[in-house]
Order: sequence, then structure tokens, then C-alpha cells
Amino acid sequence: MSNSPGLALAGQPGVNDDIGEETRLKLYHSQVVIREAEQRAFDLFLQNLVKGTSHLSLGQEAIAAGFGVAMQKGDLTFATYRGHAHTLARGVPVEKMLGELMQRDNGLMRGKGGSMHLASEEHGVMGSYAIIGAHLPIACGAALRAQYRGDKDVSVCFFGDGTTNIGAFHEALNFAAIWKLPVVFVCENNLYMEYTPISEVTAVEHPAADRASAYGLPRIVIDGNDADVVYREAQKAFAKARAGDGPSLIECMTYRHSGHSRADPAKYRPEGELERWKEKDPIKVYRARLKQFGISDEAVKKIDAEVRKMVDEATEACKAAPEPSTDILFTDVYADGGWAWRN
Amino acid sequence: MAEITYRDAVARGIAQEMARDPDVIFFGEDVAKAGGVFKATVGLYEQFGPRRVRDTPISEQAILGAAMGAAMTGLKPIAEIMFSDFIAVCFDYIANEFPKSRYMTNGQTKCPLVVRTGNGAGSRFGAQHSQSVENWCMMIPGLKVVAPSSPVDVIGLLAAAVRDPDPVIFFEHKSLYAVKGEVPDGEILDTLGTAKVLRPGKDATILALALMVPRALAAAEQLKAQYNIDCEVVDVRSLVPLDTQTILGSVGKTHRLFTVEENPRLCGWGAEIVSIVVEEAFYDLDAPPVRITTPHIPLPAADILEDMVLPTTERIVETVRKSLNS
Ligand SMILES: Cc1ncc(C[n+]2csc(CCOP(=O)(O)OP(=O)(O)O)c2C)c(N)n1
Ligand SMILES: [Mg+2]
Repeated sequence: MSNSPGLALAGQPGVNDDIGEETRLKLYHSQVVIREAEQRAFDLFLQNLVKGTSHLSLGQEAIAAGFGVAMQKGDLTFATYRGHAHTLARGVPVEKMLGELMQRDNGLMRGKGGSMHLASEEHGVMGSYAIIGAHLPIACGAALRAQYRGDKDVSVCFFGDGTTNIGAFHEALNFAAIWKLPVVFVCENNLYMEYTPISEVTAVEHPAADRASAYGLPRIVIDGNDADVVYREAQKAFAKARAGDGPSLIECMTYRHSGHSRADPAKYRPEGELERWKEKDPIKVYRARLKQFGISDEAVKKIDAEVRKMVDEATEACKAAPEPSTDILFTDVYADGGWAWRN
Repeated sequence: MAEITYRDAVARGIAQEMARDPDVIFFGEDVAKAGGVFKATVGLYEQFGPRRVRDTPISEQAILGAAMGAAMTGLKPIAEIMFSDFIAVCFDYIANEFPKSRYMTNGQTKCPLVVRTGNGAGSRFGAQHSQSVENWCMMIPGLKVVAPSSPVDVIGLLAAAVRDPDPVIFFEHKSLYAVKGEVPDGEILDTLGTAKVLRPGKDATILALALMVPRALAAAEQLKAQYNIDCEVVDVRSLVPLDTQTILGSVGKTHRLFTVEENPRLCGWGAEIVSIVVEEAFYDLDAPPVRITTPHIPLPAADILEDMVLPTTERIVETVRKSLNS
């Protein structure tokens, strides 16, 4: 298992101009939204305004952004408890996400789901799943529906390195492969499960990619901190899925800057590891990329300022929002809107 | 009218729903070309083809997970788990995923699916292929749980389950597959959440489910013939939603309650019903309710042993007689 960035990465940061300025600005914007919102979630947690738990994607923004920008309307996102980033990347307003973390009435699910279960069907976010591996088969089912009906949408399923060792991962990959389902499995290899390095508990170096051949899929490992690389790989996988050529499994090398969850100070990291990865901070990488393509500092600063202002406003709106009404306690257990289990 | 088996009723029920709704698809292990290990789905593959009737790998999590993903996005899948004991390897979907997604998302998502599964003892298959596990599902908020006892109920309740907008776990009893019953021609559609009074009576209410229903009916006939005890037999049919009104109404008339349960004793469905009756109709009762269950042990395989632990007609007769004579 290579712990240093840049090693054994199949994709190289492209310098050709296939992506273009408009898309690059979208990729940057999306990453900054995620960065600012996640940082704000952390600050609000320190102020005791974010309740329960929360799992941040600080340092992993390029993956959610790269896929999010490549996805089309109608494509479906299946995320994990570490799903704020993927939810925002589909255009869900920051206020709705922060409101849910703060358990306010303006939250995505009005406080009924909490940080680990963000969903917004209208944005194609089909849920965030907190049981490791559960959503890989579920994504297969959504893809089966697309295939059965001739719909052209793709289901995209995000999960961590640790998820590759649970049975549902293997069942889902085989299922998707035998039926050539239009599903893209995205493994965000951030080198750790909760606290244990994935390399200590996995038989192969690349926990997802090295298993791909067992399902007849190509081995794909990419630099998950470079949004251009992620975007290109996403485009390829989506084209394959839409053409009826079946699933992809993409392992994105990355690193989380924060602990596993809000309670984790991440003392288990070897000295210098975080600092090395911060050199490859996706936002930093992308600012350099924009510069390389002649996008002005002013344009970048303008995006930064706009996003900051938007997150500030969202924060104030959440602080002002009431707690959820207790009327919703007994709603939506069943499809009739109620919870009656007897007459 | 025709006389068909409970087994053939399963295939007829699925076919009825697949023919009327192209959103219904069906998959599971060995269900398509082979027609199922219990031959309950013979002919569906030939009738509806490989897009709608599919053989899956031995991947219970993928089967249920895929059913959920398809249901969330617009289909009405029927998934088979070959033996209900195997629910234990995909319990996450039953316990955490199907029943919680609508609530957690504040009503955004839906999950209209049916899990059919072969439940119960009588085949001498031993402790991992014979259990009655309907109570594993009954305890989870957000699910519906059904267990028919006759061919006509199989068709009607399966149709209701497929058309229901919530996740339904449909327990077919393996020892009833060969049992025959009269079934009307044409479409059959029943209602979830309804118990059925199969035999009216005035001296005692006997509640039963699935394989225990024919045993309770036989016991009621013997009790009448031998001891002039007139029992009302109620087929509970649907554990969730639970038709407590029919049950309370029957107890209000007979003043005595017996449950006949194949599940092991602790937290069996009868415990919940007894608690409801005691809380809400205590003064209707002339005697303590009595639960007739499988004892709290794993199921043995040998005929002589398995027969001793399942509630039998004789045990029901004896228990009711003793209780009413004391
Ligand atoms: C079935 C199951 N087992 C264990 C857990 C507890 N748990 C939550 S997150 C986590 C680590 C997951 O690691 P990984 O898949 O690498 O994702 P990451 O958190 O790094 O994004 C564990 C063990 C769980 N939620 N579900
Ligand atoms: Mg990880």
C-alpha cells in the first residue's frame, strides 16, 4: 500500500485542453462549496451547533466534484454517511445540508435523518447510507430499472476503501457485471477505515482496483485529488454505462484532512503524513491548474468570495431556523403518511 | 372455480400481477429456468421472459438491495429468498434499509417491493432450513408482514402485497405448498391487514397463522365432536398491519384466547397479541390467555423429534380442553 500521493496512479493530470474553461470553473466552484461548507460544519460542531456525529470530506473534494460535474440531470447518486460532499455536488443548497446537520426545520429531512442520511430525490441524491456496503446493491437495483426501462441515467455509488472488504461489495460487483448494469462504483481510498490503515487488513495493495479482475472489470486507480483526472475518468465510465457496456469500478487515491468523524483527533496518523497530503490538497492543485490555463486570480477570488458569502448566509439562516415541529415524529413510516401498524 | 395447490397459487399470483403491470419484475436464486426449488414459480420464465424473470447468483444481499434500488426508482420488484432462514444473511435490508428510508428522508423515497420466502418446518430439514421467522420481521417499524394459509389467500394477498406501496415480507409455508384449495377464476385481490374468521364459535378463540391454521381448524372440529367445545378459529394472515379489531371482537364474544404459533416462544407474534388483548380487553377474558408455541429450542431434523416440538392438532385440543375444564 503506497501512502505517498502520486505513486502508482494510472491517470496523470492532463495538460490538454479537453475540459475547457467553463467546466473547469464549475469543478473549482463545486470543490470550494464543499470545502467551505465542510469547514463550516466543523466550526459549528466546535460551537456545539452541529449535533450527533458528522463525517467530513475535507481533502476529498475533487472526487465528489469531478463526478458531480460529469453527471447529468437524472443520474443518481448513492452516498455514504460521509456524503455531504456528494449531496452538495448535485446542487443541493448548503443551507439544506447544514440545516440537517444542525437538526433544524430547514434541513433536507427536517432533522429526521441527520448528518449520515442526507437525501434529495429532486437532485438525484438517492440517499446516504450508514451501513457499510449496503448501498452498492441498491445502486445496482436503480441501474437495473434504468436498463429494464431503457432509461439513459447512470447510478453512481460512492464508498470508502474499508467498504471493499464487506460481502455486499463483492455481491454488488458481480451482480452489476453479469447483467452489465449502468452503475459506476467509486472507491475513495483515503487510506483509512475509521482508525485502522486499510493496508493492515487487506490482502491486496489497491483494495478496489486489485479486485476488479475478479469481476471481469479493468483495474483503474486514479489521482483522486485532481478534479480533472476524476472528471475525465467519470466521463469515460458514464459513456460506457450509457452505451450498455456495463459497470466500472474506479479507485480514487485521496486523503481526509480531518479525523474519521467529529470525535476523532486522528492521532494514529504517522508523523508528516497529513502534511505531505496537504501539499496535494485538491483545492491547491486546482488553483494551480486554473492559473496554468490562464484563468485570472480575480476570477478565482471572486468564486471564493461568493461561496464564502453564500455559506455565511446559509449559516445564519440555519441559526435562525426553528427546531423541527414534533408533528413530524409519526409521519412517513408508511406510504399512507402515517405509522399505523394496527387497526 | 378450480382446485389448485398453494404452490401453483404462488405462480398464479405472480403471473396475475406481472400480466397487469409491466413494472413488476421477479428475481431470485433458481427461480426462472428451474421454476424455484419448491417449484412454486414454474412457467413464469416461459411466460414473461428473461428480462422480467431472472435467475440470480447466490447473493442474498444483492437480491434484496437490488430489489430496493429498483423499487425506489419506479419498479415493483418481487424478490425471492429461497428459505426464510437466509433472511439472516441479508437482514440489513429488512431491518435497516427497506423500512427506514422513507422515514429518514422525511417521505422523499418509496420502497414498494415484495420479498417472498419459504418459511416453516415439516420438511425435516433441521435448524437452518425449517424456522418460522415471521417474528423477526414483525418487530421492525416500516415493514408489512403477511403469511397466507390457503391457495386463495396466497393469490389475493400476494396481489395486495405487490400493489401495496410499502415493503412487504411474504411468508409462504413450505409444508403448505402441496395443499390444495378452491380458487375462483379471474383476478383475485385481497386486503392486507385483515384477519379472517374461518370457523365461528362461542367458547374460545384460537388464533393461528400459516401451517398452524389447518391444525387449529382440525382441533376445533375435534373439540366440538368430542367435548362439545365450540371454538372460533381466526386466521391472523397479516401480522403487520395487524387486524386487532377482528381479534378483539372475537375475544369479546368467546372470552377465551389461545394462540397457535410455530415460531419459538420468546417474542413470538402471539406475545404481542396477548399483550394487546390483556391491555384492551382484560375484563372480556374469563381466563388467562394461553400461547401454544414451539418451545424455545433450535429445530431438530428427525421426524420423531420435529413432530414433538411443533404445535399439533392433539396439543391444541388438549390445551384448550384442559384450560376450559379447569
Ligand atoms: C456494517 C458496518 N460495519 C461497521 C460500521 C462502522 N463504521 C462506520 S464508518 C467505518 C469505516 C469505513 O471506512 P471506509 O469504507 O474506508 O470509509 P471512510 O470512512 O474512510 O470514508 C466503519 C467501520 C458500519 N457503519 N457499518
Ligand atoms: Mg477510508
